[in-house]
Amino acid sequence: MACFLASVLTIVLLAFIIGEILVKAWPAMIKFGLGFITGIQWSPNRGVFGVLPVLIGTVASSFLALLLALPLGLAIAIFLSEDFFPAPVRQVIRFVVETLAAIPSVVYGLWGIFVVIPLVQQYGAVLAAKFGFIPFLAGPAYGNSLLTASLVLALMVLPTITAISRSSLVAVPYTLREGSYALGATRWETILSVIIPTAAPGIVASGILGFGRAMGETMAVAMLIGNSQRLSWSLLSPSNTLSALLANQFAEADGIQVSALMYAAALLVVLTLGVNIAGEAVLRHTQKATAGLR
Amino acid sequence: MTSTAATSPKNFFSDAGKKTSLLRLFRNHFLTGLCIAISLLTLVPLFSIIVLVIKNGLPLLSTNLFTQLPPAPGLDGGGFGNAIVGTLVMVGISLGFSVPLGILAAVFVNEYASVSWLASVVRFVAKLLTGIPSIICGVFAFAAVVMTTHKFSALAGGLALAILILPTILLTAEQALLGVPYAFREASFGVGATPFQTIWCIVLPEAMPAIMTGVMLAVARAAGETAPVLFTALFSQNWIKGIMEPTASLSVLIYNFASLPYAYHIKLAWSASLILVVLVTLSNILAQVIFAPKHH
Repeated sequence: MACFLASVLTIVLLAFIIGEILVKAWPAMIKFGLGFITGIQWSPNRGVFGVLPVLIGTVASSFLALLLALPLGLAIAIFLSEDFFPAPVRQVIRFVVETLAAIPSVVYGLWGIFVVIPLVQQYGAVLAAKFGFIPFLAGPAYGNSLLTASLVLALMVLPTITAISRSSLVAVPYTLREGSYALGATRWETILSVIIPTAAPGIVASGILGFGRAMGETMAVAMLIGNSQRLSWSLLSPSNTLSALLANQFAEADGIQVSALMYAAALLVVLTLGVNIAGEAVLRHTQKATAGLR
Repeated sequence: MTSTAATSPKNFFSDAGKKTSLLRLFRNHFLTGLCIAISLLTLVPLFSIIVLVIKNGLPLLSTNLFTQLPPAPGLDGGGFGNAIVGTLVMVGISLGFSVPLGILAAVFVNEYASVSWLASVVRFVAKLLTGIPSIICGVFAFAAVVMTTHKFSALAGGLALAILILPTILLTAEQALLGVPYAFREASFGVGATPFQTIWCIVLPEAMPAIMTGVMLAVARAAGETAPVLFTALFSQNWIKGIMEPTASLSVLIYNFASLPYAYHIKLAWSASLILVVLVTLSNILAQVIFAPKHH
């Protein structure tokens, strides 16, 4: 009986979390409606709340992180699933990647402040001077920027992407590999045209789930992104994300601002849940598909 | 899609003869080298983090760190004993909520109703909860506890962490129960035990090491998280007096001190990082080494 109650409580908990956030967000939802999502101003002292720049910052930073982390993660996953090196060496690399996942977000933030920000400031200024005519690289270059946050985010989602890609590569039946070798293909011809295409849905799922993780990441981003609600095309200017906005403003908020922040939190829940459900669905589909190949 | 990709020959098979085998061999070795280089490249940031945390964290390391309070802005000396205690208290509170709830729910899902729709809903919800950003746990605790009690408190922080770690405990406990051979249950029923006796005296003790692994992983996760406690427990310069007071934690201390313009506070942030990383790594190692391999 207690077990039954505990499981019901677990289900109720999720509903309660979403319900509680929606209830507290309700005043802002009534007041601002969909204009909240399309508004580009966020000024609590004037009572104006719009999250479009923050939404764009959330998606842009996570997408950029994914762009960096997916090729890296896939390369490591291949490294771990092939026998370039004996198993103990691969085990060490695997341990290293898993350790990346265990480092607290706030420590990434501290490291980012003292290592990545100076690097981005230095090389960002060079980039902006040379390629400033491209809107994405327009100056002035800031250390606290979208690029800095994305670089650190990429590192943080690398373990997720590597782990899921690796398990989908390992799940490719060995007979396919043997077939390819028998036709005279080299190792990399086999990897690129047999193994990766077969594992592709799993790799896509790893990307989607990594994207979901990146969108929810809070502390490192809050410490590095510069927290600016100004719209800008440049990767080198400060930006903001939904989670960083919540982290920075909740403790001092009152009145309608709390409600507006709850609205933003509800948007974050919708975004991350949507992405995660999509990722899980693709992953489940993959597992069925590869099971059929055996 | 998967099957066509696997069976239809690609272009290079047909024109393989035209390419010199040397070129194919070169491409093969080049890609191998590239792949190895990229994998080794990931070692660089990790080493950078670890080296910096040790290098900047060690100089201040002394017993003062554990026994003294943080200094006022601009002053030197002191430690963060209150933050260490605060982190431990909040992790304790979160375990108090999540361990019983998670294990009971896992027992229900795996032992009583493994094929019912309710069990699959519980599994699905637990999966969804793992995907919820940690800051949302903080937002919820803020709405549910801070806004009703009108006070930042360790209880609110602990509750936020409890939600964060519940799915970890539930899902690992379920896997642990799955790992207990079915013959154990049959034998227990065979000598006339009730389902309750079977679960309580046979299955749970057998699964306990693996369940503890999940609990230790949850401890590591909860101790390192900042976002859930940032605006629920807030921070405090003083020792914890009760669970209904604002409470310091190591992770929030790092966040707060990292952006201060005082060199000593930044050094304290590095030392706190060192202690936090050691704490998290110890729990992870404990999870994998001490409990897991006993029975498998």
